[in-house]
Order: sequence, then C-alpha cells, then structure tokens
Amino acid sequence: MGSFQSLPDDHQYRTLSLKTGFSLEQIAILHNRFKQLSQNEETLRRDDLKTIQDLESNPIRYQIIEAFFDRRNFQKDGVGSVEEIGFEEFLTVMSYFRAPAHHITEEQREEIRRAKLRFLFNMHDTDNDGTITLEEYRHVVEELLSRSGALGRETAKGIADAAMLEVASISVGPMAPDEFYEGITFEHFLKILKGIEIETRMHIRFLNMDTAVFCKQHSV
Amino acid sequence: VPASYAGVYNTYPLIFPGLQSVMELKMFLLVLGLLVGTGSPDMGSSQGKCSESLVQGPQTQENRTHTTHSKKPFPVLSFGYDYVRLPFEISLWVLLASLMKLGFHLMPRLSSIVPESCLLIVVGLLVGGLIKLVGEAPPVLESNIFFLYLLPPIILDAGYFLPIRQFTENLGTILMFAVVGTLWNAFFVGGLLYGVCQLEGHRLVTVDLLSCLLFGSIISAVDPVAVLAVFEEIHINELLHILVFGESLLNDAVTVVLYHLFEEFSSVGTITVTDVLLGIVCFLVVSLGGIVVGAIYGILAAFTSRFTSHTRVIEPLFVFLYSYMAYLSAEVFHLSGIMALIACGAVMRPYVEANISHKSHTTIKYFLKMWSSVSDTLIFIFLGVSTVAGPHEWNWIFVVATLIFCLVARVLGVVGLTFVINKFRIVKLTSKDQFIIAYGGLRGAIAFSLVYLLNTDHFPKRNMFLTAIITVIFFTVFVQGMTIRPLVDLLAVKKKQETKRSINEEIHTQFLDHLLTGIEDICGHYGHHHWKDKLNRFNKKYVKKCLIAGERSKEPQLIAFYHKMEMKQAIELVESGGGSKLPSAMPSTVSMQNIQPKKPPQDRALPQLSKAREEEIRKILRTNLQRTRQRLRSYNRHTLIADPYEDGWNEILIKRKKMKELEKKMNNYLTVPAPPPDSPTIARARLASDPQAWGLKSATESIPSIKVDLASPQSPESVNIVDEIGMKGSQPKVSEEGGGLTMKVPSPTKPRKDQTTDEDNDKEPQQRLMRCLSDPGPAAEEEDEDEPFLH
Repeated sequence: MGSFQSLPDDHQYRTLSLKTGFSLEQIAILHNRFKQLSQNEETLRRDDLKTIQDLESNPIRYQIIEAFFDRRNFQKDGVGSVEEIGFEEFLTVMSYFRAPAHHITEEQREEIRRAKLRFLFNMHDTDNDGTITLEEYRHVVEELLSRSGALGRETAKGIADAAMLEVASISVGPMAPDEFYEGITFEHFLKILKGIEIETRMHIRFLNMDTAVFCKQHSV
Repeated sequence: VPASYAGVYNTYPLIFPGLQSVMELKMFLLVLGLLVGTGSPDMGSSQGKCSESLVQGPQTQENRTHTTHSKKPFPVLSFGYDYVRLPFEISLWVLLASLMKLGFHLMPRLSSIVPESCLLIVVGLLVGGLIKLVGEAPPVLESNIFFLYLLPPIILDAGYFLPIRQFTENLGTILMFAVVGTLWNAFFVGGLLYGVCQLEGHRLVTVDLLSCLLFGSIISAVDPVAVLAVFEEIHINELLHILVFGESLLNDAVTVVLYHLFEEFSSVGTITVTDVLLGIVCFLVVSLGGIVVGAIYGILAAFTSRFTSHTRVIEPLFVFLYSYMAYLSAEVFHLSGIMALIACGAVMRPYVEANISHKSHTTIKYFLKMWSSVSDTLIFIFLGVSTVAGPHEWNWIFVVATLIFCLVARVLGVVGLTFVINKFRIVKLTSKDQFIIAYGGLRGAIAFSLVYLLNTDHFPKRNMFLTAIITVIFFTVFVQGMTIRPLVDLLAVKKKQETKRSINEEIHTQFLDHLLTGIEDICGHYGHHHWKDKLNRFNKKYVKKCLIAGERSKEPQLIAFYHKMEMKQAIELVESGGGSKLPSAMPSTVSMQNIQPKKPPQDRALPQLSKAREEEIRKILRTNLQRTRQRLRSYNRHTLIADPYEDGWNEILIKRKKMKELEKKMNNYLTVPAPPPDSPTIARARLASDPQAWGLKSATESIPSIKVDLASPQSPESVNIVDEIGMKGSQPKVSEEGGGLTMKVPSPTKPRKDQTTDEDNDKEPQQRLMRCLSDPGPAAEEEDEDEPFLH
C-alpha cells in the first residue's frame, strides 16, 4: 500500500500549483506516484524509471526517460542532464502534458504550442546544438522502427532522409547544389508541425488516476 | 403506353425552363414516359391481348394458344411484356435515377443551390404525379425493399470508409448524442404530442400514449442517408461530420429497441417497470449483439481474404457477401443491422486491404460508391413518389405540432448534452458546432419506412403519422438541407482541411503516440493511450499474423507510409524522366547533397523533388493514406515496383502516349539518331548523367535493386527509340544495353521489369509493366481486364 509520509505543507503545493498549473489534487496524486517510483526517497533516478514494466515495450523509452533528466525541460534555462531529479522537476516535466484550458487567448495558445514543441525538439536534439541534424533525426526514426529488426534500420535512413528533404524544401525552399542545410532549427520545426494540433493532442488526463495502481505491488 | 407521350410532351417545356439542351429534355421525357407506362400495373396482362400472347414466356397457358383459331399468319413480331416485366421495371427505375443524377450535374447552377436530395425528391414527386395523372396507382417504397436492398449499400459504404481514428477519439460524444439524445427526442416529442392530442379533443383523442411514444421514437432518429447526402456537399470539418454522421449510425440500435418495445406493447396497452428494464437489457443486446455479429463476419472476411491470392477476381465479392450476410444475420435476430454492417466493414478493412490486390481494392471502392449512390438516388425518388401515392390524412394541429416539437427537442437535446459533454472533452464544442449539430439532424427515409411498416389495426392513425413524418422529412431535407450551406459559410464554420500529410507529421504522430503512452506508464495511469497501445500490440502479435497473408503482417505503419510515398516519387520520376513535358532538368530545389554533410556519393539515395511534384505526391498520398499497399518482397527502397494508384498510372499512360506521338514525329525527321534539344532523350540523359539524381546504393545480392547506368547524351538509347518504333511487337532491347533508367532484378525468378518509358507498343510493355505493377495473379498474362479498366 502506498503509505503516505508526512504530507508536505500546503504552501509548497501551492507554489508548485502556481508554477506548473496543476491543481492541488493532481499534485498530490503525482506526488504519490513520485514517491512510489523513487521508493520513498527524495530524488528519482533513471533506474527507478527503468523499472516500470510497461515501459519495456515502448520503442522510445530511452528518449522519454532522458527527457525527465534534461535540464532544458526544467524551465530554468539550464543545459545538460542531471543524474537525479526532485519532485519539482518531475512535476515540471509532467506539466508539458497538461491540456490547455478552455478559455485562453490566441497568444496563450501559441505559447503553449511552442512550449510543447520545444519539449519534443529537445527530445530529438540530443547534443543540444539548437538544430536537429540528419544523424539525430535518423536516430529518432530508427528508434521508432526499432521493433522491426534489420528491416527497419535500413528503411529508417530513407525515411529520415525524406523527412529532412521535406523540412528543407518547406523551410528553405530551393537550394543551390553547394548549399548545405545544417539541420532543423526550432523555427523550422514549428513550421513543419503546424498541421498537428499539438496543444490538444499532446496531453494526458491527469485527473482520473487509478488508485488501484498505488495498491499494486511495485517491483523493487 | 403511347398515349402518355403526347400529353407529357406538351406540358414539359413549361415546367422545366431550366433544362438547357433539347437532348436532355428528350431523354428525360422518354424515360419518364416509359416509366409512367410501365409503372402502371397490369398493362401487360395477358387477358387484353390474346393475339399478342403467342410469344410469351413459358408461364402462359398453352391451352389458350392451342384453342386459338386455326390458321393465323406466323407472328414475326409480337409483344410479350409480362415475361420481363419485373426486371424491366427495376432497370427502368434505376436508369431514371441515374439519368436524373447525370442531369443534375449538367446543371451546375441548380446543383450548387439545391442539394441533390431535394432535386431527387422533386423528381419523385413529378413522376408520382404523372403516374397518378395517368390513372394508375404509383408504386410505394416498400419497407422490405428499402431495408433489404436499398439501405445496406449506403451503410456498408459508410462503414467501410469510416475514419476510425476520429470515430474512436470522439466515441464518447457520439454515443451520448446517439443514445441519450435519441431517447430524449423520442420521449419529448412523444409525450408532448400525447398532450396535444388530448388537448385537441375530438379527432385526436383516440391516439394513446404508446402510439405517440412510438411515433416519437420513429421520428426522433437522425437519418444517415439524409445526413450523408447533405453533408457530403458542404465539406464541413471532420469533427462535426463524424459527430453527426456517427450519431446517425449509432442511433439505429436505440430506434430498433424503442420501435419494437412500443410496437409490442401497443397491443397490450400498458408498460410496466419490468418492461422498461427489459428494454434496457434489450438495448444492450441489440447494440452489442449487432457489433459482435458484424465483427465475427468481419474476421471471417479478413481470414478468407488471406487465401485469395490465386483468385483475385472474386476478392471484392467476398467483401460484399460477408458484409451483407452480417447485415442479414443481424436482422434475423432483430439486432441492429446497421451496427453489424458498420462493425463488419470497420473490422475487416485493415486486414482485407493488406491482403487483396490493388485492383480489387479499387473495385470495392467503386462498386460501393456506385451502389450507395444509386441507392441513395432511388431512395429519394421513391420518397417523392410515395408521397404522392401514400394514403394521407392531414391534420394541421398534429403535423405542425410534430414539426415544432421535433425542432425544439433537437435543439434542447444538443445544447443540454453538449453542456455535459464539454466537461469531459479536451476540444470543447463551441456554440457554432452545436448549432451545426442541431441543424444537421435530418430525418429521412428510415423513419418513413418504419411508419409504413406499422400495422393499421393497432395504429388506426397510421396515415396521419405518415403524413406528419413526410412533412417533417420534407422540411428537414428541403429547408435545412438547402440552407445549411449558406449558413455554414455565414457562420464561418471550419471547413474540411486539405490535409497535407507529410512524412514529418506521420513520424511525429507515431512518436507522440509512443510518447504519450510512455508518460501514462510513468504516471501509472492506465489511460486512453495505454489501452490503445496494448490493443495495437495485441493486434500486431496475434491478429495480424492470422489474418494477413505473408510478409505484410509484419510491416509497421511508418514503413508502409514511406514506401507509398516512395513509389509515388518513383512513378513521378519515371514519367518525368521520359516525359515530353519536361523542358529542363529537375528544377533545383533541395537535394540530398544539401543535407548530407560532405559524404561520398554512394549513400545518396533519393531523387530530387520539385515542389510541384511533391504537391502531387502529397495529394495522391492523402487520398490513399488509409491503405497499406505493399507489393515488395523485401523492403528496399530501390526496388521500383510501383503500385498503380489510378491517378499516377493514368498519368503515366497519358504521358507515355504523348511521348510516343512525339517520337513518331521525330522519327519522321530523323535519319540519324540525333535527338532534338528538348527531346525526352536529352531530359532522361541529363537526368541519368546527374550523379545526384539517382544514387547507387550498395545492394546486397538478394535484394532487387535498380542499377542505373549513367548514359551519355549520345547514348545508344536514342537508337532504341527509332528501333523500337520500327520494330513493333519485338522485344525492346533497352534492357540489354542498360541505357538510361533500367531496373534489373538479380534474382532469377523475377521477370525482367522494364520501367523505361520508350516502349515499342502499348500492349507489350503494358503487359510487362502490368506484371511488375500489379499482383502476380493468374490473370497476369492475359491482362485484358486491365485495359478497359484503365482507360
């Protein structure tokens, strides 16, 4: 059973709520989950996340786990990655998956879009140079197709190439043969993913959490 | 029969001044005249014309012919109508329907203002009126013909092409509207009508509560036929389309249950609580049972299609038969046939499409569209005819009350439900959306047929119901149908977007799916994505292996998508490389070298894409996105086995023909093979000599690959053009010399496949192309079926 430790005071929850936009109830639930994953410690490590069984079958699990430890996602203008995170960082990363509120202005919507797309961009741009190079993109596609064996690997290159071509031709237009397209910048990324309504698609319903999960015996 | 012509001929120019051509007019009149003549029953009865009865069908009594008098001149020409009566009339009706449809599209002015369904009802009214004028009783839309023959094609068409993703995303909303909305409508309308009837006094007081409730339940259901007919033309955004349409499909279960419930108990007179509970259970049984029956047949169809690789010709037949059987089986048990049909189509589609040949797929698509179109047209025409025919009892109060209550109930229902639904939706429904949903709740022929089925003994007021329903149907179809288009424009409702499905979006859609599943797992939250992912994995692991033949069962969606795109590129490249239209070489847009960081050329793979071509690619992709077509044995992008999507293929053919003409012209001038500046040869050569255009990939031996030989401008291929045109029917030698763009398949089993566009004559290369472009079915050798099809 998930045994509650001493509840952090409401004040802490409130600041978190203000910062991330979650409600107090959702924060409490997520806090419980955090504690469950970190085995009641204060910080979470990569290995803790790797123990989640359901994640095993996910082809991009490494990227997802990395995203939690990537300083760029903590909204504090940091770079690089960390070894362990606290609850605040956990919550901050989770807040990228909140649904936008109903009555928001266009600018707010645009801002939310940018934030979410920035998260995705960071997931692809592993060396943090501000662009997604061909190699990185290839890696992304390879991971996506990693379940298909050798078959996927070869085609992944082709797919990534085609995708890059598409981005280049959309963003830059005609290029002379000796020009070189460095990589997908964030602006280009925004442009090509305009069609996907990211702000509504990239969300999780945080409210209806299964309490049964907390009662489950988690692997130690 | 001839008598009717004269009368009709005189009146028509007055009635239809809009008809532009005399030919149309004559056609119209001819068909109408014939119909009027044949629509009146007993015209060909044998009694009246004994002298003509000599050459009748085998049914006619031989006695009579024997007893006729001794020596008559041998009848060279006689009239035997009874024999063909039924099929003749059916064909004539269908012909009329199709000609009407044709006619409407020849009058663009009219069809842009008035939706087709309205025009068809008007035609039906006219035909019915004419038949009545002649003095005969016009045929009525028989309920069993409607439910057994006219409705299934429309529903199957809708179910087979149902956009699953949007449907499942909005399933909760759709169910709410379908179930709760219909119940609300039924009880509201029924109850209030009962009140009105009681208040009205003398004529209506006999209508009891159950009858009113039954009437309410019949009229409250939104009709899929009408919705489709109107919404098709307004191109509204997908969300609204799927909401209204999905509702119209799923409310069938509610309608069935309520109808049977009230019909059963109207004879008894009262309903107890147990009956209500049973009704709820019945609802669950009907809907879930229908879905299960449909799913079973769908799986059977998918399984059957796994083995059809040797009998490609009858593949579409399996799809149609299994679906129809699903519908009929569901109807046997009084389950919801519509839901069975939808379930069958939706379940079988991904597997069947992976198994069947491309031609079968096209056949299925076109047959479904054709049947549903004809059905749709016939239904509306018959609705018009039945209006003229049907026994009417007009009661102002009842009819007007019905109309008002229906509208009010719909509006209130939609508003109330949206209020509740929006609490659970991420993308909320705005008031504009609500208005369109409410306004789009059209009633149609299903309601009409259901009323028609009512037993007059139990429902003495059936004719009044009929009149009321027809009025409501006319109102919704005419008024709402006609005004919805300007209203949509006025309210600036979002229209259907031309979705450019790019490969980046596809990649990221998949990426997002996995990401969200992962986050859900981290949260410990078994949500929507988690279950969807589980279902996908189950599907991949077990179901696909059973139901999809061969290699295709393992193909991930992204790869399928990419290969489709590639094939398009390849088709485009081939046709442009040999096409006469290409003035200069590929316009310089981004090519591989722009993104490759100074790598040696051997890894260059993709051809340059011009913007226009990319557009074409996307357009074709978009229209063909749902299918996964994969003809390859192995998944190497260089294996140029293109799938002849009808658009791309036709274009290739056209361009090839043009090129041949050009070559023929050239041939007249040339004695020496020196190609003129903008000849296809130059273009191809330029292309071929451009190292960036076609890259060589180090292919392993087992994988078929394209070997590109870089030809010089004065390559032997220019000789080939002249040669090949001269030597018709002979083996094109291009493959031997390997000039230009050839595709060689190292594996000995595969026949040589020529993609060079300078083929000698149509038949031979077409056959070769056929062999590589289509499935190696038994009909590969005699591709006669292809040519008429492809024109």
